[in-house]
Amino acid sequence: MLFQEAVMNSTFSLVPLVVFLPILGILLNWLFGKRLGEKGIGSIASLAAGGSFVVSVLLALALLQNHEGAHIPLFTWISVGNLDLSWVFRVDTLSVTMMLVVSGVSTLIHVYSIGYMHEDVRHQGEPKRFRRFFIFMNLFVAAMMILVSADNFLMLFVGWEGVGLCSYLLIGFWFEKGEGGLGNAKAAKKAFITNRIGDFGLLIAIFLIFWNFGTLNFAQVFEMVPSVAQTQPGVLMAITLFMLLGVTGKSAQIPLYVWLPDAMAGPTPVSALIHAATMVTAGVYLMVRTQVMYMAVPGAQQVVAWVGAITALFAGLIALGQFDIKKVLAYSTISQLGFMVAAVGLGAEVAAIFHLTTHAFFKALLFLSAGSVILGMEHGLEAGSHGHGSNHTDGSNHTDGIHHDDPQDMRNMGGIRKKMPITFIVYLIGALALAGIAPFAGFFSKDEILVAANQGNMLIFVVLVVAAFLTAFYMGRQVLMVFFGDARSDAAKHAKESSLLVTVPLMILALLSVLGGGLNFPGVHTLEYWLEHTLEIPHATEFIVPIALGSLAVALVAIFLAYLVYGRKPLASAKAADPLAKPLGVFFRWMNQKFLVDELYQAVVLGPYKKLADFFAYPVDQGVIDGLVNGMGSLTVSLAGALRKLQTGFARTYALSIFVGIIAILVYLLTRI
Amino acid sequence: MIPLSWYLILAAVLFSVGMFGAISRKNAVAVLISIELMLNAVNINILAFWHYHSQSLGYTEINGLVFAAVVIIAAAAEVAIGLAIIIAVYRLRKTVVASDINVLKG
Amino acid sequence: MTRMIDIYSILPVMIVAGWALLLLVVDLWIPRHRKGITALLAAIGLAIALGFVLASSGNTILGFNQMVVLDGFSSFMQVLFLVSGMVAVALAYDYIQRMNINHGEFYVLMMFSIAGMMLMSQAYNLLMVFLALELLSIPLYVLTGFARTRLESEEASLKYFLLGAFASGFVLYGTALIFSATGQLDFVGIAAVVTAGSANSVLFLIGAALLLVGFGFKIAAVPFQMWTPDVYQGAPTPVTAFMSVAVKAAGFAALMRVFLVLFPSLSEHLTPILWVMAALTMIVGNIVALAQNNIKRMLAYSAIAHAGYILMAFVAFGNGEVVGNTVAATLFYLVAYGLTSFGAWALVIVIEREYGKGILLDDLAGIGKHYPWLGVAMLVFMLSFAGVPLTMGFWGKFYLFRTAVQAGYIGLAIIGLLTSVASAYYYLRVVVYMFMKPGEPKLQINPWVSLVIGVAALAVLLLSLIPWTILELASRAVLLLQ
Repeated sequence: MLFQEAVMNSTFSLVPLVVFLPILGILLNWLFGKRLGEKGIGSIASLAAGGSFVVSVLLALALLQNHEGAHIPLFTWISVGNLDLSWVFRVDTLSVTMMLVVSGVSTLIHVYSIGYMHEDVRHQGEPKRFRRFFIFMNLFVAAMMILVSADNFLMLFVGWEGVGLCSYLLIGFWFEKGEGGLGNAKAAKKAFITNRIGDFGLLIAIFLIFWNFGTLNFAQVFEMVPSVAQTQPGVLMAITLFMLLGVTGKSAQIPLYVWLPDAMAGPTPVSALIHAATMVTAGVYLMVRTQVMYMAVPGAQQVVAWVGAITALFAGLIALGQFDIKKVLAYSTISQLGFMVAAVGLGAEVAAIFHLTTHAFFKALLFLSAGSVILGMEHGLEAGSHGHGSNHTDGSNHTDGIHHDDPQDMRNMGGIRKKMPITFIVYLIGALALAGIAPFAGFFSKDEILVAANQGNMLIFVVLVVAAFLTAFYMGRQVLMVFFGDARSDAAKHAKESSLLVTVPLMILALLSVLGGGLNFPGVHTLEYWLEHTLEIPHATEFIVPIALGSLAVALVAIFLAYLVYGRKPLASAKAADPLAKPLGVFFRWMNQKFLVDELYQAVVLGPYKKLADFFAYPVDQGVIDGLVNGMGSLTVSLAGALRKLQTGFARTYALSIFVGIIAILVYLLTRI
Repeated sequence: MIPLSWYLILAAVLFSVGMFGAISRKNAVAVLISIELMLNAVNINILAFWHYHSQSLGYTEINGLVFAAVVIIAAAAEVAIGLAIIIAVYRLRKTVVASDINVLKG
Repeated sequence: MTRMIDIYSILPVMIVAGWALLLLVVDLWIPRHRKGITALLAAIGLAIALGFVLASSGNTILGFNQMVVLDGFSSFMQVLFLVSGMVAVALAYDYIQRMNINHGEFYVLMMFSIAGMMLMSQAYNLLMVFLALELLSIPLYVLTGFARTRLESEEASLKYFLLGAFASGFVLYGTALIFSATGQLDFVGIAAVVTAGSANSVLFLIGAALLLVGFGFKIAAVPFQMWTPDVYQGAPTPVTAFMSVAVKAAGFAALMRVFLVLFPSLSEHLTPILWVMAALTMIVGNIVALAQNNIKRMLAYSAIAHAGYILMAFVAFGNGEVVGNTVAATLFYLVAYGLTSFGAWALVIVIEREYGKGILLDDLAGIGKHYPWLGVAMLVFMLSFAGVPLTMGFWGKFYLFRTAVQAGYIGLAIIGLLTSVASAYYYLRVVVYMFMKPGEPKLQINPWVSLVIGVAALAVLLLSLIPWTILELASRAVLLLQ
């Protein structure tokens, strides 16, 4: 028994490896990558991520023995005044669940990226950036692991900023490409700045926590929450709402979601890993981790639930009007994150984590398959145009809103089912899972959220059902447009199935998307019992048959409608209008133009801000402040010149100075005695 | 018997004279002599006080004597080093007037 | 009767002094072109002493009838002195060959001076304080004038000697007045008399003030600082480096030991004086440094300014609640300042073409391009000097400022903050010259000097990340109070 315990505890102390293995990967690739070649670089990076996964699995096994987990201190970090922070890893069921998801999905995506980036760097004409990509990816894994394994708010913040940085670096991976040669760089900047606004909120929340609780340690803060909730409910409200601002940034909720669609400028594996499966769920994780605080202020919970629900609906609508295969998935991600946030607001944290996990599987699958489709299209493009190798993604022929050779535009696709059968099957599985068709993973997790909404707030329930309907509809639209009908461009005609390196991870993810529902299967509730050791679960999840059947019916109806609109009569050519454009009229154009939110922000926030900045930069800063500073500077310099003259170089002067000092001291003392 | 304060005043006056010399004299050797005067003024102070202190105690303490001896030794060491430095300067500049020497200033 | 424990308490000092005497004789048989052997032997002697210091640390012993003390404070300071000595030997080895002043006595004198400093940190009797002061000063006068054929060196030596002797006259007079006031020389006795209230308070106070003048001279506090720039500029650069770190530390060791043990009762009178001295020192040091083109002079003024920061924390010496922090913060700062300082001076040695030549700011041009690692190391030192957040210098200043604020000297802390902002100007100017001006620098890089630069830069970087390790050591270096 003792032996077993010892083994278990030593397993827990492995936890720093989940961070250090990816860092080791970075170092190896950084130092030796140049000599290793692509296979070597990819293998090192994948092994580093895989190593993290293995460690996470070991931790999970150890947790089965000892549900309480452990705190593994690494070193004292900051010790200033009464702030005493240590770098401590927290091993509990929640953090290990996140570790498993992050490292598992990461590993698959790393493997996939070996194949994908091999093609992509050649297509973009920069083969040397292969190594950089994997270094950034490993850096991301390390930062994400810090985030989920943190034992205090500041360490979490380090990870939070770290993943934000990686996101920035990877969105702008082809920084010199994109619209006008600046598009990708702009997208990266937009993501970073939008996230900064959210991070600012989180930072304020952390300051408030430290101010009012005197500590940043999770356990100590949570312990004090009930008493603070009684004495200062306003403070707790402020903390939770500022934290929510952070969440809306990182998890792309209204009003800060605008960066995520642009973030699709990054290579597709990045979209899959960072902007679908893992990083964007950090906000959800944060709220689940701090559930005690949210549960103490019902008002904040309401706000959270509504933000999530409205985001789910709104993003679903926009997704309907998009033609870019990745943009549709991006808005779908925002919408699904809305489901998770709403679940947290409804007090159904387990459902949120459950949906987070299944979503990680099927959304990563969808993005990666979309990537496979894009690769196939690029192949077709090169084969079709007989190798006049122009650069296709910085397309400038923007006349009729359609890039005729844009490999991401769904209007250029069609009929890919036959060219890329494996990709088609896995894509279909992912789409069904996302649409919420039983028995795929998404059905179970979404159902739990709907049940929670049904028991909590009928209005939110309705909103979420509509959002679920939209989900099924736009996924049906996408599958039909991409894979069915006839090829609408040369590229689609010559598309070719991707290599095994790409398809094998897809198959694994497809399997997970099929089986993922088993994690918290109705009646068994494995995940719930597992998380019970870390989270408070106010009321157990039920499986309500009418709701389940109802949501299934909604999804099926939506898919059937999609078939009526897009399946029976496929788009005739790449230039044909969307069949919904006519009946919906202006509304479709709005959806297509994303309800002009970007333009609204530009007019209301960015424009005035820039004017204000100009005002402060020129008249105020360069005029008034610089004048003052320069004046101070020249005053100091002339003072220095005067003091220098005292330094005559004569020993007598120096002795005199000593003498004067003594006399001054003695005179002063005589006045005091 | 001469009161203690007389000795102390004598010492203070000698010390001040030495101090004045150290500040006002230009010749490095004269400055050195003035500093020696300061040190010896202190010795008068120490010995006078030691003497009166021992008398009031009724027995002879050794500390004042040792102190004075150490001061004399240290002063001798200082003079030795000081004269050596002055000679080295003289070899380079053919002068020992401190106010002629100010390469280093500012 | 001399007991074994007495010997034990000052064994490291005896080793250094005895080794130096032996080395003086041995050196006669070492030929001129083999003076590296002398350097090596000196370093070995210092290392042995360091071993004994470390072995005996943690004990608290009053030896030789309470004339010397061995405590955490003295052990910490002695480690600092001995390491400084070894670094100085490493810096000097190549330098004195290049400058053609390659005499073995250089190392011997340095060891004597170190012995004086070590004794200073252990002195528990005013007579010992005076003796230690002379022992550390006199070899330094000679070292300053070691380049006998260079006028700068001799002039610096003459000024240092005349003013040093002048200042030690005040220390002596102060000691005599305290002796007059209390009839005692050892700290235990004086403290007992003062507590009993039978001391002559006027003489005691004036004696304390005169001691302050003497120590103020050693640490280069305004208005007793004027010798510093001239001497730092004229002395051979390794000697300057050694002085700027070790002598300053020794001055603070004496100041802390004497004031914290003997004069807490006078703090009401002495604190305003210290306040003004600290403020003036920070202001004058930082401002005049702005106007310097000669790097040695600039670093000399910077050394004055840094003494001002330490004095700022020392103003609170009579406040029993914060005095522990004062000692810890000061020791930490001495370490931070010492590491950074040695690094910066080592760079001066690298660029100094011939004695006193090639050390203007203009001579830095192009170093960043042609010797990037050197440039980066200097960048680290300058940032740390300027106290840019999260560097070691920042933590040092942070602890000092915190102590001052805790003791309620907020005005002083603000002066410190403002002057330290101004200091960024001249520190960063060094960086600007190195990285942004084109030039073809010709450097004399010696492996030992580069070792010093590298180790110093790494240590500064590393300790910037984990400053509390040193702070904890410093906090444990308790000073024995009676």
